[in-house]
This record gives sequence, structure tokens and C-alpha cells, in this order.
Amino acid sequence: MIPIAFPLGLAIILFCMGIVGFIVRKNAIVIFMSLELMFNAANLLFITFANQFQQVDGQIFVIFIMVTAAAEVAVGLAMIVTIFRGKHNVDIDQLTNLKG
Amino acid sequence: MESTQLFNLVPWVVFLPLIGLGINLLVGRRLGEVFAGTLASLATGLAFVVSILLAVALTGHTEGTTVVLADWITIGDFTTRWAFRVDTLSVVMMLVVSGVGMLIHIYSIGYMHNDVRHNGDAGRFTRFFVFLNLFIAAMMILVCADNFLMMFVGWEGVGLCSYLLIGFWFEKGKDGIGNAIAAKKAFITNRVGDFGLLIAMLLIFTNFGTLQFDQVFSQAAVVAAAKPGVMLLITLFMLLGVAGKSAQLPLFVWLPDAMAGPTPVSALIHAATMVTAGVYLVARSSVFYALVPAAQTVVTWVGAATALFAATIAVGQYDIKKVLAYSTISQLGFMVAAVGMGATVAGMFHLVTHAFFKGLLFLAAGSVIQGVERGMHHGAHPDHDTDPQDMRQMGGLRKQMPLTFWVYLIGALALAGIAPLAGFFSKDEILLSAWQTQPAIFIVLAFAAFLTAFYMGRQLIMVFFGKPQTKAAEHATESPLVVTLPLVILAALSVLGGALNFPGVHTLETWLSHTLGEGEPAHFNWLVAGISLALALCGLGIAWLIYGRKAEVAKVDPLKKGLGPVFMGMESKWWVDEFYQAVLLNPYKASAQFMAEQVDLGVIDRIGGGLAAGTRMLAEGIRKFQNGYIRTYALWMLLGLVVIMTYIFFK
Repeated sequence: MIPIAFPLGLAIILFCMGIVGFIVRKNAIVIFMSLELMFNAANLLFITFANQFQQVDGQIFVIFIMVTAAAEVAVGLAMIVTIFRGKHNVDIDQLTNLKG
Repeated sequence: MESTQLFNLVPWVVFLPLIGLGINLLVGRRLGEVFAGTLASLATGLAFVVSILLAVALTGHTEGTTVVLADWITIGDFTTRWAFRVDTLSVVMMLVVSGVGMLIHIYSIGYMHNDVRHNGDAGRFTRFFVFLNLFIAAMMILVCADNFLMMFVGWEGVGLCSYLLIGFWFEKGKDGIGNAIAAKKAFITNRVGDFGLLIAMLLIFTNFGTLQFDQVFSQAAVVAAAKPGVMLLITLFMLLGVAGKSAQLPLFVWLPDAMAGPTPVSALIHAATMVTAGVYLVARSSVFYALVPAAQTVVTWVGAATALFAATIAVGQYDIKKVLAYSTISQLGFMVAAVGMGATVAGMFHLVTHAFFKGLLFLAAGSVIQGVERGMHHGAHPDHDTDPQDMRQMGGLRKQMPLTFWVYLIGALALAGIAPLAGFFSKDEILLSAWQTQPAIFIVLAFAAFLTAFYMGRQLIMVFFGKPQTKAAEHATESPLVVTLPLVILAALSVLGGALNFPGVHTLETWLSHTLGEGEPAHFNWLVAGISLALALCGLGIAWLIYGRKAEVAKVDPLKKGLGPVFMGMESKWWVDEFYQAVLLNPYKASAQFMAEQVDLGVIDRIGGGLAAGTRMLAEGIRKFQNGYIRTYALWMLLGLVVIMTYIFFK
């Protein structure tokens, strides 16, 4: 049995990578990928604890999150494609129309 | 018909003028001047007929009756109704209002025909008669109300009509706004008086629980014994209302300015009827005043002081209508003094005769003014410089306008108190009761009577004697029959009016005693009558000596040399308007200015503006966070998350 610290540590590393990637990168697709990393860090925590406590709820929840993420990716990618058509790049720093 | 059934006709004295004004309002303009004028006169004339029928019915049933038309307000125990009171006092007022009113309506047909053309808006003819009929209706409500509240409706109604008619030519006058200002002044000054009347009514309501005349007056003695202070307040606040409506000191200032209205208005509203409403109110409430001697003294002195004060001003005026206006104030002072002394019948008697001869004088003055106006348009070069109301620019008119001269002479002699004209008897009764009760009042009133004769003599001489002072006066022409006929009738009434309460017969005294209670009829006193007649003759004689001997009227008024600064005061109305301007109006305007600029703009608007500006500044600061970079938002979310987590952990 793998000690619980390993999957937890992996999840934390994944989540931090996601945050850093989200904040420092400019490309919208990479930001999207960082977002997926954070999602999966959370998923990993769910199944780890589900396994730890021998409860099925966490596993079910992971399935739900995956479905939601798939839908979100579909919408998000469609938006990125549309932005690309208009601006011919996907640089997030140039999308500042909502500046107050 | 049974005579008590005649009493049921009384609502028609209000409804007939209302019907007249309704028809004139809807179709009068289309049917022309003759129709509108005749209809309005007919409506008032029929109201006069109804009044006569009521008087006839009253001879059989002197106790009178109350005709209830409808309930008005019912709150708990308190009920007020539209009810018409028919008694000897109200019928006297009805006869005066509709009788004199009818004559003035007829006169107005001729007068306004010229007036609307002189002022260049012939379409306004019908409107004048609508207002006149409205006035008659309101005045009728005032005099035949059976409770204070309904009377107040009429009281305000006549005030409204006064406002509308003073401002009839609202776009004319000094600087194109003078008439509108005069109308406003009359209305606002009357508001001060109405405030007093309203307070008196509220006090009556709280202390008596009702506003009906008969119930209030029957309880008056009980309340007066229990709460003398309240009765004093009621009577004094009522006096404030009287001072407003009847133009007594200190609220008389509106009446001279009210002469901005057309002359029939001055005759009807501002001489014969509306301004006597205050006298009527005191007469109606004589039960109250009899119970409060202190209030009686105040009323008497206000009346006497007004009589003298206004008479002195009348001496120094040059405008033919202004002289009559101040004379009216002075005569109202006589009436108020009379009712204050408890000589209610004498006051009412003078009210009636005054309506005859002052109505006559105003109408005749209107005839003079239009005669001069016609003179202005005479010849190839119309004269626009003459002021048709300035007596200094008249003179010698007795040759051009003989009929007007004779009726004016009758009116002036009646006003001056020359026996045996109407004014002699009524004024003599007032002087007599002053003689019997308060010698100081007698001296004041006697001096006022002397001045009355003097200024009427001065006016007669300046207008009708000597040589014409201007071309316009030289070419003045006599007025048409529709104008002069009412003058002749009023002149006849001014001659015969004294018979109403002839010494020894006391018709009016007996008549009114059914309502006012038995009084002691005034015995004719040869000494007082002699003094008053001598004073009147003296006044006229001195006027003749000063103004009449020289054929050329001096450029400067001869009195000016003799009296100097005193005449200056008379000429400029003792600076009362200026005094009010300085003491009341300017501080009021200054405080309004202060409130508007310092308090409203400075404090209140700054609170609102400050809130808005603060919100705006806050938003200016916060909007910097919304910089459009998604990564910044993510960073803030992260920071927020960290803060929340830290809080949860270390709670």
C-alpha cells in the first residue's frame, strides 16, 4: 500500500504547477492546460481519500468532475478558436477590453 | 304661496349667478357682448328678486329659518352642512349684494364695451361677466351661510374673485406687471387675515364642538364664563380676519392697489360688497363681542384709527380712484368702529348706505375716466400722455358731463354727510353712539368725518370745476345711457337711503332686532347731528376756499405750502408701504435668500452632492483593480483564498 503522503504530495505539486502556470503564462491554451492540472489535482485528492476511508462518494464525484471538465473544455476551446479568428493570436494579455 | 315656502327659494340666490356664469362660460363668447352682459345682469337681477321675496316672507315670519341643502362633512359627532340661513341680517346683505350688484352689472355692459377696446382685447368681455357672476355667487354663500365653515368658503371665494378681477388686465400696469402685482398683494394680504379667521374658527370648533351659528352663539355665554381667555383669543383672531377683508389697520394696504381692476370691480367688490364682509362678520358674531369688552375696545379703536388714518391719506391723493379707495377704507373704519361699540345696527345701516353712495361714486368716477379717455382720442392727433385718472389733468368736466356731474355731486354730498342724504343719517348714528359711550372715539371719528367732507370737496372741485387742464378734459363727452342709468338709480338711493332707518321710525333697527336681539333705538340728538353737519359743511367750505377760488389750478397742490411735511406724508400714504417693505418684506426676502443660498445650496445640497462625490472617488480608486489582465484577477483570487484559508485554520 502506497503511503497516503505520496498521492497528497503529488496533488499539491500538481496544483501549484497549475497555479503558477495560470499566472505566468500568456498563451490561452497553456493557461487552459494549467487549469486542467488544478482540476486533476483536486480529482486525485478525491480518489485518494475515497480509497483511504473506503467510501464510494469521492469516486462518483470524480466522474462528475470529469464530465463537467469535458464540457468546459469544449466551450473553452470553442471560445479560444473564436478569439483566434478575430485577433489572430491567443495572447491573454491583449484581451483587456473589460479594463475599468 | 305660503310665505314659509318662499324661504325654500334661498339656494337660488347662489345658483342663479352660477347658472349665468356657466352659460356665459360655455357659449357667451359666441353669442356676443349684449347677450353675455344681459344674461349676467339677468342672473343677478333674478337673485335680487329672490332676495325681495325672502324679505317679503320674513315680514310674516321674522324669526327666519334655515334651509338645509345637503350634508357636507361628517366626522364622528361633528357635522357640517350646506345650509342657508334666512334671517333679517342675511337678507339685508343679500338685498345689497344683488341689488347694487345688478346695477353694476348693467353699468358694466356699457363700461366694459369701451374698456376692452381701450385695452385692446375685445375677446375678454365675456370673461369679465363670468368673474362678476362668480363673485355674486361667492358673496351670497358668504352672507347666507348658517355655519362658519360654509361662510369661510364664500369668504375665500370672494377673495379669489377679487384676485381675478384686480388682475383682469394682468399684462398691463407698471412695467407690464403692475396689475398682476396688485392682485397678488391683495391676495397675500388677505391670506394673513384669513389665517386669523381660520384660527378663530378652529378655536370655536375645539371649544364649542360645532361651527353652526345658532349652536355656537347659544353656548357663547357659558363658554365665556368658563374660559374668558379663549373668547378673547377668538374675537381678536376674528378681528385679524376682519382687518384683512375689510382693509383695516394694519392690513389695509391692498385696497388702494386693488384699484388696478376695472372700475365696476372697484365699485362692486372693493367698495360696496366684499370689503363689508368683515363688518358683516362682526355683526353676525356680535354675541361674542358683547361678551368680551376688551375685544370690543380693540375693534372700536382699530376702526376709528383706520377711519382717521385713511382719511388723511385720501386728502393727499391725485388719482380719482385712489381718493375713493382711501375714502372706502375710512368709511369701513366707521363701520368697524360702530360694530365694535356694539352699535351693530348703525354699522349695518352705514354699510347699506355706503354701498349706495360709494358704488355710485366709483361708477361715476368710471364714467369720468372714460369721458376723458374719449377726449384723448378726440381730434386728428390722439393724445397718449394724459393719465385719465389723474385729477390734476381734469377740471371743468361739469360742462362736458352734466349728468355724471350731478350724480357725482349727490354721491359726494351723501358721503360727506350733508343732510338729508343717506350718508348723513348713517354716519350720524355712528357718531351718536360714540358720543354716548366713548368721547375719545367721537373726537377721532368727527375729525375723520371733517376730512371726508374736505377731500370730497377737493375732488369735486378738481374734477368738475375750474377750467379743463388738458385737451382731453376739454373734449370729454358724456357716457351712454347704459352707463348713466345705473348712476341715476344709485343717486336716487343715495338721496333716499336715509329713510331706511329714519330717526323716530327705525325701520332697519326693528328689522334687524329680530336677529340681533332688541337694542335700544338711538334717539336723534340735535347736538350731535348739528356738529356732524357743521363739520361736513366746514370741510366742503374749506375745500372751496383752498381749491375753488382760483380758476387756475396751481401746479403744486395749495395744501403743500400750508402743511409742508404733513402733506408730504399724506401724499406718500404715510410711507406705510415703504415701512412694510423695510420691516417685513425685505427681511423676509433676505431670510428666504439666506435659506436658498446658504442653507439649501450650502448645506442640504452639499450633503447630497458630497455623497455622490464620495461614491465617485471610491469608485475611482476601486476601478484600478479592474485592469483587464486575467492573471491579476487570478492572483487576487489566490490571495483571497489564502487569506480565507488562513483565517479558517487559525480561528
